[in-house]
Amino acid sequence: MTAHFDGAVEPERYEFSEKPRYRFSVSRRAFLQSMGAGLAVLTFAEGVSGPEAWAQGGGTPTGRLEIGTDGTVTVFTGKVEVGQGSRTQIAMAAAEELGVPLDDVRVVMSDTDRAPNDGGTFGSHTTPRTVPEVREAAAAARTILIELACERWDADPADGAIQDGVIRHPGGGEITLAELASDTDMDEALAGRSVESPAVTAVADWRVLGESAPKADAEAIVTGAHRYPSDVRRPGMRYGKVLRAPAYEARLVDVDTAAAEAMEGVTVVRDGDFVGCAAPTTRQAQRAVEALAEGAEWELGDHPSSADLFEYLKANTGSGGGRFSSQEDTEGDVAEAMENGAATVRGSYKVPYIQHAPMEPRAAAAEWDGEGRLTVWTGTQRPFDVRNDVADAFGLQRGQVRLIMPDTGGGFGGKHTGDAAIEAAKLAQGAGHPVSLQWTRDEEFAWAYFRPAGLLETAGAVDSDGRITAWDFTNYNSGRAALQSPYNTPNKRERFQFCDSPLREGSYRALAAVANAFAREAFIDRLAAAADMDPLAFRLLNLPNGRLRDVLEAAAERFGWSAGWPDAPADRGYGIACGTEKGSYVATAAEIALDGDGGFEVERLCVVFECGAVQHPRNLRAQIEGCVIMGLGAALTEEIHFEDGKILNGRFNAYPVPRFRDTPPMDIEVLDRRDLPSAGAGETPIIAVAPAIANALFQATGEPREKLPLA
Amino acid sequence: MTEFMLRINGADHTVTSDPDRSLLQTLREDLDLTGAKYGCGEGACRSCTVLLDGRPTAACVTPLSRAEGREIVTIEGLGEDGGLHPVQQAFIDEHAMQCGYCVPGMILTAAALLRDNPDPDPEAIVSGMNGNICRCCNYPNIVRAVERAAALRHAEA
Repeated sequence: MTAHFDGAVEPERYEFSEKPRYRFSVSRRAFLQSMGAGLAVLTFAEGVSGPEAWAQGGGTPTGRLEIGTDGTVTVFTGKVEVGQGSRTQIAMAAAEELGVPLDDVRVVMSDTDRAPNDGGTFGSHTTPRTVPEVREAAAAARTILIELACERWDADPADGAIQDGVIRHPGGGEITLAELASDTDMDEALAGRSVESPAVTAVADWRVLGESAPKADAEAIVTGAHRYPSDVRRPGMRYGKVLRAPAYEARLVDVDTAAAEAMEGVTVVRDGDFVGCAAPTTRQAQRAVEALAEGAEWELGDHPSSADLFEYLKANTGSGGGRFSSQEDTEGDVAEAMENGAATVRGSYKVPYIQHAPMEPRAAAAEWDGEGRLTVWTGTQRPFDVRNDVADAFGLQRGQVRLIMPDTGGGFGGKHTGDAAIEAAKLAQGAGHPVSLQWTRDEEFAWAYFRPAGLLETAGAVDSDGRITAWDFTNYNSGRAALQSPYNTPNKRERFQFCDSPLREGSYRALAAVANAFAREAFIDRLAAAADMDPLAFRLLNLPNGRLRDVLEAAAERFGWSAGWPDAPADRGYGIACGTEKGSYVATAAEIALDGDGGFEVERLCVVFECGAVQHPRNLRAQIEGCVIMGLGAALTEEIHFEDGKILNGRFNAYPVPRFRDTPPMDIEVLDRRDLPSAGAGETPIIAVAPAIANALFQATGEPREKLPLA
Repeated sequence: MTEFMLRINGADHTVTSDPDRSLLQTLREDLDLTGAKYGCGEGACRSCTVLLDGRPTAACVTPLSRAEGREIVTIEGLGEDGGLHPVQQAFIDEHAMQCGYCVPGMILTAAALLRDNPDPDPEAIVSGMNGNICRCCNYPNIVRAVERAAALRHAEA
């Protein structure tokens, strides 16, 4: 038995990287290196990272950017592409700064042997962190290349410029990047050169960024040529399946492997609780696992059911520890303010477990070479950490494992773990062949992890002018993101309480901001009602000036918000909500129509979003639309049911996700703040959807809605 | 094991396989045609769509025996005269993909839809495409792409 195998895949509980409170600008020095011919740029923030830090972190000290003798530019990043558009965006960043055609830029992503470790792809970090680093590296290369060209012409590099891959000087000098890269002795030319804090192009001068470039690899996707992790094929490859427990908390007592082992071409691999098989086809592997299941004896354990979930969470609080710790922030005296409020309100909001259900279930291919070195192709949002998990599982050095992540079929925070990679590697080791393994949809629903459920208890008070005087907000289990209320409140307590989750849980799009924004914004409408105020007027009274207020006012105007809706038909309801997370700002307004049977339809949505300077308008719009529609699923229909340790609705036919027909008319406006740094945008637009609809239902019926899903 | 004759993208293939194996697994594992994707195994998401005698069909629930003797078209064989099919071009033009995993199934479904109804209104597109799930929820751009493909077809005609 391999000593390190058991329990190697730790559940990812909450996204571990919250936004730092401060970020200081650092001097970044770019070092340049000859590749024989052509050049490589290494960029480091001094004192923060560098080749040693990369090596310590398990990263390989590779360049950030290379310029080949044919003039093509290759960018290296540990970020991953799961549909959010980072491949295109990073290519645009390099093309912008280097003055080369976008078609000449390639991006090598998430290959642990070739790319620097840029951290996992989550928390909307690519835009505010990785894109600036790529731009600086490219700007450093541009600076050096112009210097090298101008030295040939004995010209002042300050007057040189590069555009469309050609360096020109007003004195008449002209040379292509390819010519310069192939016709320069880089060892000699680069000796002793570095660039201090290279200047990036001002937003006003952007030519590539700010425009909607075609999606990288679009043709490969539409022709079926792109190889997702589940499409990787290797010589002699087998297909794998793993024996799953019949229920959570079930423990394998014994398994008779004889029937499966007798099947032609089947290799059974057992290591502790891990039992799986590899076979020439997935169908044969399935049959073999069915035979294993028949010969398996399990000891079942207790597991709560979703019917009792919220009582269970509240009764099973714990201290957590580390990044799972409970948290409490207080200001003023909440108890006294509740006593003295002109009106007080209490609420209790419930958010269920839901599934990310990316279109591509977890998949991996694994191949061992003759020297104990392992290569895995898998879809994960944390390629370096998962590479480390894989190495730990087999007792390998990190450098003995190479993880390559082909652009993958969806993530949404749901692919932080490396389960499939470890399983494929284990089977490949046992079978002596490369193994491809893809989870079934059933497995994905049951054995991946879930967006945390949450119980959110709220209490608040307003004074006779409608100002919020007390705010008491406790989130049980679902997480800390956007826990802080943006409203002015002198007395407040904001708590996150860790609970022993009965299901494996982890990140999600915008994480707990979905739950926290739902409870907060729905409760704000309760406070507005207690103050006898229109919900919009109440928000504007209590919100400080700033970017959040700007999107709220813009959405209200665009939606045609009317205080009290005196002229609205009786069956209609109107709601508005807003929130900020990960440096971007959103307000959503919803109109619903009651159907007279207790049901309703979402008639229209209006969304105003602001994330600083827009880098790719078309992709941004698609991210907003996708967030909003995905948010409709969480708001209206998605909920995991479980009982006796089994997921009861783990199929698309039983767990309705949004389809074409579920898309309401959407009016979307982006405030392009070119005066502000670009923030990530793939998450925040999801957070105000559910509360806007809940508030519309409250407005229409007078009954507060406190539980998701709403339909 | 049984021998099956399959006609795929205009070429004949002989496959020896379990008779109850799905067309999807056979395409992906025996013929290296990985454009059709596994998404759910119950025909509920249509990532595995292929055309069977021109009709969009969930290959994950199609046994080989039902595919034999039929004209099978996968995303790899949809292009026309070595170039892209108008629906493929329209998906590129309208950014109708995020992760793209659902896109081969979407394109084949749309191609069949437009063949039967060259001038669909938005409601016809929504109802014709509703069986296909895009978890990135890129539906608005996909609808725009199908509309654009219809216009491209008209321009060609």
